[in-house]
Amino acid sequence: MTQLILEQALNGLQFGLMLFLLAAGLTLVFGIMDCINLAHGSLYMVGAYFVAAAAQVADSFWVGLGAGVAGAALLGLLLEVSLFRRLYQRDHLAQVLATFALILIANEAVRAIWGPAAIMFNPPEALAGPVEFPLPHGAFFYPAYRLVIIAVGLAVAALLYLLVARSRVGMWVRAGAANREMTEALGINVRALFTAVFVFGAALCALAGGLLGPLLAVQVGMGESVLILAFVVIIIGGIGSIRGALVGSLIVGTVDTLGRALLPALLRATLPADAAATLGPALASILIYLLMAGILFFRPQGLFPARA
Amino acid sequence: MLLRLTAIAAALMLAGNALAADKIKVGFVSTLSGPGAGLGVDIRDGYNLAIKQLGGKLGDLPAEVIIADDQQNPDVAKQAADKFLKKDKVDFMTGIVFSNIMLAVGPSVFENKTFYISANAGPSQYAGEQCNPFFFNVAWQNDNLHEAVGKYMQDKGFKNVVIVTPNYPGGKDAVAGFKRFYKGKVAEEIYTKLGQLDYAAELAQVRSHKPDALFFFLPGGMGINFVKQFVAAGLSRDIQLFAPGFSADEDVIKAVGAPMMGMFNSSHWAHDMDNPENKRFVAEFEKEYKRLPSLYASQGYDAAFMMDAAVRDVKGRVDDKVALQKALEAKRFKSVRGDFKFNTNHYPVQNYYLRVIGKDGQGRITNKTMGTIFTNHADAYVASCKMK
Repeated sequence: MTQLILEQALNGLQFGLMLFLLAAGLTLVFGIMDCINLAHGSLYMVGAYFVAAAAQVADSFWVGLGAGVAGAALLGLLLEVSLFRRLYQRDHLAQVLATFALILIANEAVRAIWGPAAIMFNPPEALAGPVEFPLPHGAFFYPAYRLVIIAVGLAVAALLYLLVARSRVGMWVRAGAANREMTEALGINVRALFTAVFVFGAALCALAGGLLGPLLAVQVGMGESVLILAFVVIIIGGIGSIRGALVGSLIVGTVDTLGRALLPALLRATLPADAAATLGPALASILIYLLMAGILFFRPQGLFPARA
Repeated sequence: MLLRLTAIAAALMLAGNALAADKIKVGFVSTLSGPGAGLGVDIRDGYNLAIKQLGGKLGDLPAEVIIADDQQNPDVAKQAADKFLKKDKVDFMTGIVFSNIMLAVGPSVFENKTFYISANAGPSQYAGEQCNPFFFNVAWQNDNLHEAVGKYMQDKGFKNVVIVTPNYPGGKDAVAGFKRFYKGKVAEEIYTKLGQLDYAAELAQVRSHKPDALFFFLPGGMGINFVKQFVAAGLSRDIQLFAPGFSADEDVIKAVGAPMMGMFNSSHWAHDMDNPENKRFVAEFEKEYKRLPSLYASQGYDAAFMMDAAVRDVKGRVDDKVALQKALEAKRFKSVRGDFKFNTNHYPVQNYYLRVIGKDGQGRITNKTMGTIFTNHADAYVASCKMK
């Protein structure tokens, strides 16, 4: 039982931290620049393809990860300078339409370059097995690669905390999220700040995509489903708040994992087996949205609103 | 006089209810993108290889194969099928991998009175009460391979088993088939989302039950990820994996590699089966595509030869549906799996074999046939089929 709870908690943490990498960029772009970027998921997909392709060429996962993240940051820079800069002043409808077009372009471009079949690749050989922890009731096993993902996620969260809460740039970012006009009036180069935030968000997307690549599959359309979850996270956490994104990600990750693990079992105790088998997974996947609806009802600004 | 006779002859010919077609059109809808793509690609490659061997012809008439990708999405599949039926007016349809897609596309195909030769999906619905004269499955009924694994595990005396399968019609057929022959304890039946790729939560549940074996049915990319994550979680030390051939064939072996060694699975076909048709198929498939064929490829290959024999039987008069149905039922082609016949519900009655994954003579990791689990095995639904 201890093993089960511990393992599921780590699974929830791992999933939540990966969501956080996506939600962090999304919440900053949305919160500071007031820009709805539906193509955030496409950056995740393209980043994952960059990492997979670079890892194949370099024959090393870590070199591929570095090169892929750098490539995605460069792509983010190009996009910000050529397109997004023109979108900040437009209304949300124009932003949604333009970034939706980007999704379609990105999907077709990826299909044209890498083909329609999913790319499956493996984590580094040394991380393919489990790690064993001695516990009082017997050994506890957990996949080594997932532990690495958790470590990277925690490191990025700590880095972001230092950057946003302790550094001067972070102060500007927080100021920008709280009141954009006032920040500009104080003489901050908001244009450069926006570019930097956008590029950083793109790099985090690629990091998430690259790390999850060996665990899932790198394929066309992988960005859309995860984008919906990232939006749920920032709505729960409060738009523009990094702390909110972290808490929201961990809540969503844990609820999703526990829901999938526990709900079918709970339902089976009360319902006939076949009904529970149908209802359980369905309920588990809507649990996150129920949670979001609850938050929207009781705290429409999210748990940690940036514009207090 | 001569002119009049010619005119009468021409009129008689026009009045005849079926003329020989000048070519045979086949609509091929399959999953060619995403994690399920490996299956569709293999069916397509097997089918195309057969057409190539037949000189681009089906029953001595030029064959035109139109291919569409359903993206593992029932709506996309239905649109593609409707176009094939209404606009291209195809003579046969085939290719669908997943049973939920088959059930979505089936009604419009049958309504159009077009023969569907399934090279994979064999839902229980179309084997039983909803059986249809226009539906043939040249592969198996969904339950069959799972029944074979269940029988084998029952005979081997496994007592505590966890089942993992996607929550869709094919997954439910899998559990029904497995439990029809395995009578020991099932600690838990875990249903996942179709197309799920991360199994961390499910694997933790598996571990908590401490089963002595795990039976999983996760075709394509799902199975590849499941086995990799199963090994990464350290579960392979205590739990033996069992699967139908779908989750233990060349596509999965290629992606997962050594951790697949020693895994037992069931199939109606294997690349080492000793008959001339199979030898030719395997050799030419390897030559053409530089890889070993999977059971999916063998099914696509058989589907083409089944159409070929039936078209030849009716002398190209594919508009005579009654004659064509009889010709298809007669099964006058030689399958790469050896001999089999069609039951009254148009599903095969055939043998099922046990295979194990190991290294072959050339050092490749692949399947080896170990023995026969079922002989002339029919599906469990045929009794409720009232074929018109």
